[in-house]
Amino acid sequence: MLKIDAEACIGCGLCEDACTFAAIRVEDGLAVVGDNCTLCGACVEVCEEGALSIPRQEGEAPADLSSWSGVWVYAEYRRGRLAPVALELLGAGRRLADKRSVEVAAVLLGSGLQAADEGGLEAAARELIAHGADRVYLADDSGLADFSDDAYGNILAELVRQYRPEIVLAGATAIGRSFIPRVATMLAAGLTADCTELDVRAEDGALLQTRPAFGGNIMATIVCPRTRPQMATVRPMVMKPLARDESRKGEIVRIEPAAAWLSSRTKVLESVTAALDQVNLAEADIVVAGGRGLENAEGFAMIRQLADTLGGAMAASRAAVDSGWIPYPHQVGQTGKTVAPKVYIACGISGAIQHLVGMQSAETIIAINRDPEAPIFNVATYGIVGDVFEVVPKLIEQLQRRSDS
Amino acid sequence: MDGFFADSSLLGINKKLSGGEPHRKGGVLDYFLTEEQEMIVDVARRICDEMIVPQRAHLDETEEYPREILNAMAQADLYGLYIPEEYGGFGGGAFEMALALEQVARGCTGVATAFAASGLGAYPILVSGSEEMKEKYLPDIAAGKRFAAFALTESGAGSDASGIQTTAVQDGDHWVLNGTKQWITNAGEAGIYTVIAITDRKRGARGATMFVVEDTDPGFSVGPKEKKMGIRCSSTREVILKDCRIPADRVIGRQGLGFITVMKTLDLSRPGIAILGVGLGQAALDEAVRYAKQRVQFGKPIISFQAVSHMLADMAIQVEAARALVYAAARHVDAHPDKASKPSSVCKTFATDMAMKVTVDAVQVLGGYGFMREYPVEKMMRDAKILQIYEGTNQIQRNVIGQELNKEYTK
Amino acid sequence: MKIVICIKQVPDAKDVRLDPQTNTLAREGVQSIMNPYDRHALEEGVRLAGEQGGTVTVLSMGPPQAQEVLREAVACGADEAVLVSDRAFAGADTWATTHTLAQAIRTIGGADLVLCGKQAIDGDTAQVGPGLAERLGFPYATCVKKVLSCTDGVMQVQRLMDDGYDTMAVQLPALLTVVKEINEPRLPSLKGKMKAKKLAIKTLSAADIDADPAQIGLPGSPTQVVRVFSPQARGERTIFQGSVDEQVAQLARELQQII
Repeated sequence: MLKIDAEACIGCGLCEDACTFAAIRVEDGLAVVGDNCTLCGACVEVCEEGALSIPRQEGEAPADLSSWSGVWVYAEYRRGRLAPVALELLGAGRRLADKRSVEVAAVLLGSGLQAADEGGLEAAARELIAHGADRVYLADDSGLADFSDDAYGNILAELVRQYRPEIVLAGATAIGRSFIPRVATMLAAGLTADCTELDVRAEDGALLQTRPAFGGNIMATIVCPRTRPQMATVRPMVMKPLARDESRKGEIVRIEPAAAWLSSRTKVLESVTAALDQVNLAEADIVVAGGRGLENAEGFAMIRQLADTLGGAMAASRAAVDSGWIPYPHQVGQTGKTVAPKVYIACGISGAIQHLVGMQSAETIIAINRDPEAPIFNVATYGIVGDVFEVVPKLIEQLQRRSDS
Repeated sequence: MDGFFADSSLLGINKKLSGGEPHRKGGVLDYFLTEEQEMIVDVARRICDEMIVPQRAHLDETEEYPREILNAMAQADLYGLYIPEEYGGFGGGAFEMALALEQVARGCTGVATAFAASGLGAYPILVSGSEEMKEKYLPDIAAGKRFAAFALTESGAGSDASGIQTTAVQDGDHWVLNGTKQWITNAGEAGIYTVIAITDRKRGARGATMFVVEDTDPGFSVGPKEKKMGIRCSSTREVILKDCRIPADRVIGRQGLGFITVMKTLDLSRPGIAILGVGLGQAALDEAVRYAKQRVQFGKPIISFQAVSHMLADMAIQVEAARALVYAAARHVDAHPDKASKPSSVCKTFATDMAMKVTVDAVQVLGGYGFMREYPVEKMMRDAKILQIYEGTNQIQRNVIGQELNKEYTK
Repeated sequence: MKIVICIKQVPDAKDVRLDPQTNTLAREGVQSIMNPYDRHALEEGVRLAGEQGGTVTVLSMGPPQAQEVLREAVACGADEAVLVSDRAFAGADTWATTHTLAQAIRTIGGADLVLCGKQAIDGDTAQVGPGLAERLGFPYATCVKKVLSCTDGVMQVQRLMDDGYDTMAVQLPALLTVVKEINEPRLPSLKGKMKAKKLAIKTLSAADIDADPAQIGLPGSPTQVVRVFSPQARGERTIFQGSVDEQVAQLARELQQII
């Protein structure tokens, strides 16, 4: 429960402003907390008088925490391909492991029948070693050809029980976000979703997991003081992979999954590859939008490419839609959709008021425009004054290089 | 806030609210609504804000009938508001209907017209129909399963209803109708039509009879959709009756009662048109104030210029005066349905003239943007015009009021 | 079929917007709403119950004022509403939350189908659905965009993946989390509101659901927040300088940090 020190509280109201839930307010010069307090701690952080605190009941750390050692990365593999996030996680895992002086291992589940001509899982395992894994636990079974929450979860949980890693990381992808929570529940382990930053606390070696909350208005750093492993999913494209190094040595440990581990209460009947609906603007975390500055429909090919690179959706200003360069469902603004993505990249959009009303709630707005006086720069978090035809292709190249390297 | 969540104490949160709900912004008075009436407002408000406002520009542009929105309104029980509980309705009156219509009209007068037209089509059955007829038709209308439409106007019979040419002739246990009704709202979308036809021209005012005609009756058809200046998503067509043969039990009330039923129907429904003016006026005021706060000229938001703020003040005065009048008139009509004529004409005239003026002023406040279709106020201005025309032009309303005055002061 | 829908009351993210005049975040009063994804779960439950026959119970863990979203759910077609509320639940992470919800579902007699929104817009973890399924011993599918059929105790659903979608069969009892494209949620009806007003909401405490004290609230949460801070304040505008290549490099770096 939130503790308010009545002596120290000066009734300044900083806590009231900081509370996303309107759960704390100042009455008669004293902060009062309501029932809907979630103990998020935002008020504690802003209080300049130190009048607020949340007594932690961490208690004694269980004695056997030290028997857990090593950093594990779940290496997502689907349709015969490693997910790029697997290599990014190895980069992050390597840095954490070096601070802890422990090993990095990857867990690779799938069926070698997929992409057999490219070397199958064996090649993927070697790729993982070249990117920083000291050891790869590899389960190759035809029963793992389709992703299954049950089978994948059973195997990962069993391996963790057996080998006791202190940290388990996975990509915050559709697959990771689906089965990792089950694994954490099976292991009674703490799990932090969608981390953007990972570090090791110097004094006790605990994993510091930082993630955005409340639509990105607050960042929270989270630890798991009493349980192991410490589990986290990490957003793709956040962590940096290590440079590929063929000379790196590592061990591939083949796992024979028991029949019971492979059994699944769900069954994939059909798996369809489809470009995600790029028009589904409302749900997109990243939106790349183009305007009059793109000059013609061909200009939008570049916008699509940037959106694809970032895994985002494509949008447009009214001027571009009216010119017929892109269909109406992509329109953002007064007569189009209203979006509030995490990132909105406005390319060649001047920022007329009709457009701004549709996107100004985005967490981060990036403007690329030739005209330094364009109103879009007034709402932008970051801006580049320059020619979109020069800036955007270079940006795509930079981003691709960063995710490949 | 929702008054009926008496036990919910979102205290901390309520306290932080800087203004009321959108539909209360710019409003002035407390009308002492009951808990149930607040619920009606709330249900209609959500439909307005979450469904109608996002779609209205598209509906105006394409002239598509708002079937999806109307179905949602049916699912929300709004089609049964004014229908007695024994026929599956909510048991409200003109006032409850007005509360819902105000919210719907705040979103789009075209959608509101399509919704209100079903009520107008059902009123003749409600005021003059037999018990059997009510049981047959009202439950479907209340559930929104079938929409209704009211068919009075003809090419030669507008303000002067005595010019009706459509005839109904008895043939055994059937009636055969012939004629063409013009500008019938909901035509082609409704399943149930209440139609007036001459049954005995010699009897003058007592020579007309109302019938229920269904869209599946032989000889029933509709004309092409009219191209209108405003309320473009509502369906307006001819209803063509060519040897349209219907059973004898489709007579509403008795033979010869047609004009009386029409008058009673319009007396009941006029507050519903009046309130469309209030909803529309409120919407125009909302847009104008929001814009005036946001638009910067000469380094200041234009609301800080007296020329603009006085226009906004006049709009607010007009809207609230009309709202108070229409609410009072609707309550009067519910309490004294036999003395409804003058109050319903008074409120219809005032509120719809107000809507015309306020929407024109809203366009003025928005200036060049107001003239552009990208902003909603030019549509509001186009939509306002019909309110002064349909269900009795405002000139006819003034005739009615003038005649009443003449009568009252003679006594 | 007995369907339980888990819903959460959350602060309305829409209320947090940029003030065009001051270029700062204007938060004039934060409204509480039903988590938007949960509205889609509710609609799917009401739709399935109508089609298959069955009852829809809405369940929420939260402070007493979470009753409001439960009443709204009833106004939108749910039959029963249950609130699990206890000061002891405060500060629960997803592990503690799933224990509480699972115990509550057992207390009210279990379920054939549990539906959740994909995630809640305040925490965005997407962990409660799968975790709750595991606690209940149910199979599950996340990010369901379409229910194809439900016959003989097997549901066929389409689950959204990063590269398309999977069509899968799930044995009941099961748990599904849904995305927005699954349906268009209905708005409250008049009769629903009248019912919601009269309905007594069943309120369960930690003792009522026989919760394990070691698995609830802040003390029962394996994850703990040690620091909360603001990201780069809005309104600080950075116009990159230097050559185009340098500017692009700076932007790419910033992008990778925020994405």
